[in-house]
Amino acid sequence: MAETLLTIDNIRKTYGDNLILDGLSFDVHKGEVIVIIGPSGCGKSTLLRCINALEPIQGGEIRIDGELIDGNSRNIAQIRQKIGMVFQNYELFPHKTVLQNIILAPVKVQKRNKEDAVKEAEQLLDRVGLLDKKDSYPRQLSGGQKQRVAIVRALCMHPEIMLFDEVTAALDPEMVREVLDTMLELAKNGSTMLIVTHEMNFARAIADRVIFLDGGEIVEEGDPEEFFSQPKTERAQKFLHTFEYESVKHHEHKED
Amino acid sequence: MDWDVIVSYLPLYKDGMLITLYTGWMGILISIVLGFLAALVLYYKIPVLKSFVRAYIEIFRNTPLLIQLFFIYYGIPKLFGIVTNEMTCGIIGLGLLGGAYMAETFRSGIEAVDKIQMESAVSLGMTRRQAMRYIVLPQAITYSVPAFVANLIFLLKETSVFSCISIMELMFTAKDRIAVSSTTVESLFLVVVFYLIVLLPVSIIGSIVERRLRYASFGD
Repeated sequence: MAETLLTIDNIRKTYGDNLILDGLSFDVHKGEVIVIIGPSGCGKSTLLRCINALEPIQGGEIRIDGELIDGNSRNIAQIRQKIGMVFQNYELFPHKTVLQNIILAPVKVQKRNKEDAVKEAEQLLDRVGLLDKKDSYPRQLSGGQKQRVAIVRALCMHPEIMLFDEVTAALDPEMVREVLDTMLELAKNGSTMLIVTHEMNFARAIADRVIFLDGGEIVEEGDPEEFFSQPKTERAQKFLHTFEYESVKHHEHKED
Repeated sequence: MDWDVIVSYLPLYKDGMLITLYTGWMGILISIVLGFLAALVLYYKIPVLKSFVRAYIEIFRNTPLLIQLFFIYYGIPKLFGIVTNEMTCGIIGLGLLGGAYMAETFRSGIEAVDKIQMESAVSLGMTRRQAMRYIVLPQAITYSVPAFVANLIFLLKETSVFSCISIMELMFTAKDRIAVSSTTVESLFLVVVFYLIVLLPVSIIGSIVERRLRYASFGD
């Protein structure tokens, strides 16, 4: 197995009296694609937010490359550069063009040469088929286009791991595909990814490992084929069942 | 209405208007600086300072400018033995009053920017300060413009109170003309016209800027 990139060790997250994450532990290896699924409110999104210290944790620790991730530490901005995050609602900067959105952090944070940043941004935009939109403002783009720009924006910082927080949940169905294809492309190229999603077929296709979260703890973890065809735990079975529909037409015929 | 009187008064009103413009905009300048600093204190919830700023805002927003001016004009020389001229007092008073309003305007502008924009920026490795400067403030300014323009107009109008501490601005000029020559109609007509000359451009330019900025930032 490739070397470990991210270590999540027994983390606990509470909001007041509410226990959100309860002693979660797992490792992410370089180049690995992990999909986290589970019912809403199970703590999936919170977990991602804890990983780049948008939320403080109340116990345990998270390390990337052996370095502790702590929202109060002095070098947190530096550590966050290693972690790319894509949000459910894109969160592009509305007052900046697509290109400005992408190169702002590389230029201002990583102090990279502006021409180089622009060149790379254009290459990445070309890869997701949006080069012609580089001077557009986010408001002029469709949801799917915005989300692809958001992915490119994160990629342009050369993160070691990408976090995807339900990135297709706000999209119209016909736009889901273009975003998922972009992610599949990334996975193919060996990116390390941690994905929270409700797209089960996609999860099955992209994941090296599936983690099923419920009630703030890992209920089941393993190979996607195994998990989706023969989930071991009752909770996972019940959860996966909610994505299946029984035909009702047959029923109506009977009653005629 | 006697047009000859009006014509003969024009230079006097022009001088009054210049004083209105000078004291008004100087006060506004102070209020912007003060308001911006106060808004940052409130936004970052800086302990102790925050309470002082809150008290300052409430006191200055809930007392009339006239009373504030009397305190500054008559009180400060008595209390501290500092002698200043009336113009300085007027500017300081307006600046303090305006600062309280501007603080609320800027603070609500900053708060109108969705919190997740800050998160989105720091996730890209920006420090909070960079995120504030490149992401939050530019959007906050756009959100603040309508209330900001309203403040400008309000503060320029408030300069009419300066007549009570003998600053020879527009209102003082009008009152003076009425008292010495009983040309009430002409004097009041002129004061209305000159206030419109001071305020209409602010109002018109303000709404143009508002529309442009809104479009540039959010496209609606």
